[in-house]
Amino acid sequence: MHAGKLILRKDKLIFHRIGTWYACEHLGCEVKGYMGVKTFFGGIHPKYAKELTAASPIEVLQAPETVVVPMVQHIGAPAVPTVKKGDEVLAGQVIGEAPQPVSAPVHAPVSGKVAAVTDRPHVNGRSVLSVVIENDGQNRWVSLDPHPDPVQLSREEIIARIRAAGIVGMGGAGFPTAVKLTPPKNAVIHVLLINGSECEPYLTADHRLMLEYAEDLILGAKLLAKACGAKKIIIGVEDNKVDAVAELKKHAGAIEIVLLDTKYPQGGEKQLIKAVTGREVPSNGLPFQAGVVVQNVATAVAVAQAVRDGRPLVERVVTVTGSAVRQPRNFLVPIGTPLQYLVEAAGGFTEEPGKVIVGGPMMGLPQYGLEAAVTKTVNGLLALSRAEAVVPEPMPCIKCARCVDVCPAYLLPLRLEAFGMHEMWDDAKDYGALDCIECGCCTYICPSKRPLLQYIRVAKNQIIAASRKQSS
Amino acid sequence: MENVKLIISPSPHVRDRDTTPRIMLDVLISLVPVMVAAVYFFGFDAIRLVLFGGAAAVATEAIFQRLRNKPITVWDGSALVTGVLLALTVPPSLPTWMIIVGSAFGIAVGKQVFGGLGYNIFNPALVGRAFLTASFAGYMAKWTGPFDAVTRATPLAVGAARASLPNLFFGSVAGSLGETSALAILLGGIYLFYRGVLDHRITLGVLASAAVMSILTGANPVFELLAGGLLFGAVFMATDMVTSPYTPRGRWIFGLGVGFMVMLIRAWGSMPEGVTYAILFMNAVTPLINRWTRPRIYGQGVQRT
Repeated sequence: MHAGKLILRKDKLIFHRIGTWYACEHLGCEVKGYMGVKTFFGGIHPKYAKELTAASPIEVLQAPETVVVPMVQHIGAPAVPTVKKGDEVLAGQVIGEAPQPVSAPVHAPVSGKVAAVTDRPHVNGRSVLSVVIENDGQNRWVSLDPHPDPVQLSREEIIARIRAAGIVGMGGAGFPTAVKLTPPKNAVIHVLLINGSECEPYLTADHRLMLEYAEDLILGAKLLAKACGAKKIIIGVEDNKVDAVAELKKHAGAIEIVLLDTKYPQGGEKQLIKAVTGREVPSNGLPFQAGVVVQNVATAVAVAQAVRDGRPLVERVVTVTGSAVRQPRNFLVPIGTPLQYLVEAAGGFTEEPGKVIVGGPMMGLPQYGLEAAVTKTVNGLLALSRAEAVVPEPMPCIKCARCVDVCPAYLLPLRLEAFGMHEMWDDAKDYGALDCIECGCCTYICPSKRPLLQYIRVAKNQIIAASRKQSS
Repeated sequence: MENVKLIISPSPHVRDRDTTPRIMLDVLISLVPVMVAAVYFFGFDAIRLVLFGGAAAVATEAIFQRLRNKPITVWDGSALVTGVLLALTVPPSLPTWMIIVGSAFGIAVGKQVFGGLGYNIFNPALVGRAFLTASFAGYMAKWTGPFDAVTRATPLAVGAARASLPNLFFGSVAGSLGETSALAILLGGIYLFYRGVLDHRITLGVLASAAVMSILTGANPVFELLAGGLLFGAVFMATDMVTSPYTPRGRWIFGLGVGFMVMLIRAWGSMPEGVTYAILFMNAVTPLINRWTRPRIYGQGVQRT
């Protein structure tokens, strides 16, 4: 077994590992990791709790009676509804169209009748214009346009199909994929990097996708590489998912698979690029300026299904987990499935949860209730017990500098926090507040339990608002 | 679900288990071998000084906070750490009232006037020690030998009989309570490093530059590292988080600077020992070091392809 061999080699070289770990974590060297396992400088090792769901195969969840499809499921302009109350819709039919290039169309995940086009609670905490569809249970689809040999399609055709399918980055940010694949004319993309790190604790949706949809994933990667002109494809996977690596290797062919150290935020775009290619994305720049395009594994699978089968993005895998969930597991669910429905499918709560989070515990969005619905970027639903959810009382900063040692952007979070608290926006900008990736490592590690990231966010918002004011 | 109140707070939603009181507890735990050695070599005096030093620090902090109408936070353990650290750096024969005065001065002037935990510029224990040295120079230089309480010269004093290296390592020499046993200090240091409380960059920096300096000045580096308060200072005093730099390179510079200053004072100063003033001096320049050693931010100075 390939997976077993990898684990064995790591343990045998424990002293080598300790030495490299020391060099990486303590001397501040940017060592490339141990035994070919790559990593970045900084980061944390939180409790992963992935064992709750790592072994549970993706279950197809029957569509609920009512789905709520928000028009905001991506970065950029909201989609504009193309249906009205009372309309009959087919599954896969466009119900919201993109008003401008940086946006994405939205499709009906089920067939049925439009019950309302109205504001509904969104996972981001706001109310967002949504199309509510009453599922008729018939699962009648629009006629799709499959292609028998998708790799023969031209670059433009692939991008057009991705755009039409409404595919956005499914790792969390939701940047429209078609836009990401069309960098400025003079940019040269050397590497397409498929992000299979899934560094957020608890989540296993991407892990299961790599295990169960490896073939689709590889096809998606090839199509994405053709679309952005990358000669080389690299898939990065954290070394807590060696079974996924073994599975991917069966189908990979010329695609390189890189083992990454299990460390948060290994899947952060900038950290992943640094770990795998050794290059850095310029400050205030985008990955293509380092010659790289990064796509999440779920996105790659969706791309394969869109280009080969003509299927729009209307479903995704969601990990439903946490200590307050009775039967944590992975579901393949239609977009628009209410969170309440997911919790019931996982056996309900074992106790009243203290906090419900959409996404992972490091960067996820806290929820007011379970009324919001799954969007294209929802990769997990996490319910923490009341004891786990208590927000600790902050104490004075003792300058222990653990936040400095873990910051993957090499910032001084304790200074930025102080600048944010005392409204010293110019100093915050000078100390690189805008380079903060909001991973939350500083707040996680702080022994005085200070809300560092919160104040850095305030500073960032103020700096951005001030620069907008100046330019207008 | 409707009537359930869910907690809403910004990410991250999970926190590390380590807390600031836990760090203070770790320092106290790491001092156990040192205290055991002190009791073994110096007997009841060790217990007396540690007890009164610690109690005076806690009481001073509580009284000060009460007078300023601030919440009383002595339970975080930081004042206790200061008092115990101070007690371990004084001669065994120091009168009880002096350790109380020194401890109170360290907390009041060294810490509370700056705003309490996290805001002080100088290591409060060393402020207390500097105050005692300046006020009661005779008592602070009255070294008694281990086991017999007969007054002796410190091994560092000019003309004193040189102690053997094994005696220096195990601690059977005249000196301050906690500073004589290198073994006990190293045990505590290893525990602190394992717990992530001790920053090796500072400790190694101090020892490395002191060793290099002693070679340059013609002294025996092993003797210089083991004698006096250097090791104790390198492990427990210079590594005080609040008063040392927070940048990675700054910590090296800080450590190297402390070692350099110690040997400068030992070689040419009018006192036999200089760890206190070396660390206090580097405490003073810590804000400057922080300013000059800001790390390069990810993606800055990178060419766009």
